[in-house]
Amino acid sequence: MSVLKIEDLQVSVETEQGTKQILRGVDLTVGEGETHAIMGPNGSGKSTLAYAIAGHPKYHVEGGSVTLDGVEMLDKTVDERARAGLFLAMQYPVEIPGVSVSNFLRTAKTAIDGEAPAIRGWIKDLDSSMTALRMDKSFRERNVNEGFSGGEKKRNEILQLELLKPKFAVLDETDSGLDVDALKIVSEGVNRAKENTGLGILLITHYNRILRYVKPDFVHVFVAGRVAEQGGPELAVRLENEGYDRFLESSNVG
Amino acid sequence: MAADTTATAPAPAPGITEVADRQTAFVPVQTRSGRFTSTSVDDFEAVTGLEFEWKFAPLARVKHLTEAALDGSPVEVHSAEVEGATVGWIDRADARIGSAGTPEERASANAWSSFEKALHIRVTGEEASEVVVRRDSFGEAARSAHVVIEAAPNSRGTVILEQTGEANLSENVEIVVGEGAQLTVVTVQEWDDSARHLSSHFATIGRDANLRHVIVSLGGEVVRVNPAFHLVEQGASVDSFGLYFADAGQYFEQRPYIDHVAANTRSRVNYKGALQGKGAHTVWVGDVLIGPHADGTDSYEQNRNLVLSEGTRADSIPNLEIETGNIVGAGHASSTGRFDDEQLFYLQSRGISEEEARRLVVRGFLAEIISQIGSASLETRLGEAIEAELLRAQAGE
Ligand SMILES: Nc1ncnc2c1ncn2[C@@H]1O[C@H](COP(=O)(O)OP(=O)(O)OP(=O)(O)O)[C@@H](O)[C@H]1O
Ligand SMILES: [Mg+2]
Repeated sequence: MSVLKIEDLQVSVETEQGTKQILRGVDLTVGEGETHAIMGPNGSGKSTLAYAIAGHPKYHVEGGSVTLDGVEMLDKTVDERARAGLFLAMQYPVEIPGVSVSNFLRTAKTAIDGEAPAIRGWIKDLDSSMTALRMDKSFRERNVNEGFSGGEKKRNEILQLELLKPKFAVLDETDSGLDVDALKIVSEGVNRAKENTGLGILLITHYNRILRYVKPDFVHVFVAGRVAEQGGPELAVRLENEGYDRFLESSNVG
Repeated sequence: MAADTTATAPAPAPGITEVADRQTAFVPVQTRSGRFTSTSVDDFEAVTGLEFEWKFAPLARVKHLTEAALDGSPVEVHSAEVEGATVGWIDRADARIGSAGTPEERASANAWSSFEKALHIRVTGEEASEVVVRRDSFGEAARSAHVVIEAAPNSRGTVILEQTGEANLSENVEIVVGEGAQLTVVTVQEWDDSARHLSSHFATIGRDANLRHVIVSLGGEVVRVNPAFHLVEQGASVDSFGLYFADAGQYFEQRPYIDHVAANTRSRVNYKGALQGKGAHTVWVGDVLIGPHADGTDSYEQNRNLVLSEGTRADSIPNLEIETGNIVGAGHASSTGRFDDEQLFYLQSRGISEEEARRLVVRGFLAEIISQIGSASLETRLGEAIEAELLRAQAGE
């Protein structure tokens, strides 16, 4: 059984006003096949947590650890973490001019697996994932995320999730900006990955609606850089109805 | 890209632009069409390095090409026969010489004064043909050369000039695009490391004709290719592209000059460069002149540079002169930036190593120009050549 373990994670960023502490001791354990939803107000540090796990250079780890099956990830480079089995579906995927989706995916797959995928099987996998995500074949020849709509970018993230088959994925607001149909399509993609590979998921969201399709085992409330409360799926419903006021009063943000 | 300095018409302060080292460069305000021209070297003053034309170039390494006696005898070229095009030599007294332009500086005039025969490439076919002319035998002696490329009215074709080996060369290339013709001219500089090459291209583009012109400079010590495009008849258009990759110690310069003479003419200029290694220096000066009769002109020029390491310098100077009020558009953009960290992070977060991510980003950046060439085999080969450059540059880091 694979396990992703986040312990007492403390992270800061450099700002013009000096170093700013954002994560203040995050503890979270995600087991294989589990889905953990993270909900919390704007600016509470959810994306920071996602980026810190992936190893974005802007975020400085001040303390704590992130281990995948006992192996420390924080010592590793961004690409090493990905090859170890971590994946981040980004809130705002970047455009890569001049690099086609198919070239990018093949390069990434080769890097993750340590060898180039067999052509036949690869094309077949690519085709069926794209069809399932309702992505037209023409996307293969387009430059990565260039001119993609918000929803298309999110599908492209899930396409990568399906093809690269990580052990754990952080989905940072993958549901935002999606219409109802796209939300279903993307959710199905996430569920397929879960079913096929035993993917463990950290799902960052503001809304309960995606949780109707991607069922969480646990819900964590994230406030002021740490987990303020945890519970089951019912907590998400309550948060959507009541908001975060209850937590904000006791935790003095900003 | 970081530090993107993009501007569109109306230009900010005329003739002022930011360069990579964050100094401000002044372009002397001058009317390009009023510049002195002559085919005779003696009509030009000795070059001092203060002239705007010579301001950036490492003059010590090329000065001899402006004043020494040059060997103007023809040097063997290689080309396979193709239908719809011919390759041969014409005499310097031939009437076709001088039909596309006249030298504006001394190295160009020195070459013009001394060449014996001109290489003559003529495209006549109405079915698109592709002529590849390989030039690899110039050697180390100071030489001059002259090339005339002609596209017959309504013809279609691609002419690729491929330069390799040693060179110590000043040359002029004339391009005459006949009415309704569609011509692509690609010049690829993959010279040896010590080569010096100063080249002036002069093109006249006729009624409803299009010239697609691509300069690719990857190898050589000092390589300057300055094309001038004269849109002399209604409906003429030019697409001027450039791609350069300067390594440590290399100097690449290109100064596309678009001369909108006739009404309803169109130009697009897009040059992209990458610089890596100490002393890599590139210069782009884009002159666009919209003349008094060029009503309905539609013009846009841009230059983008990607700086891959410390110790490089990219000068990028757009320069626009408008002599008629009645135009469709005239814009320019110029930027010099470093790697976008977010792009690298995105690629690395998919398991791609930092080195490979950098190569992907640079190839992607330059791919926009490569894909304009229109010759599949050359596009593939250049993609590989750039990959090799990157691998070499990374190994030397
Ligand atoms: N590079 C940075 N410079 C300055 N402040 C930063 C930087 N990155 C993040 N922050 C700050 O850190 C805090 C947490 O940001 P983060 O993006 O992690 O929030 P979030 O919980 O994902 O919010 P949202 O729900 O709006 O996506 C915010 O106050 C943000 O302004
Ligand atoms: Mg966020």
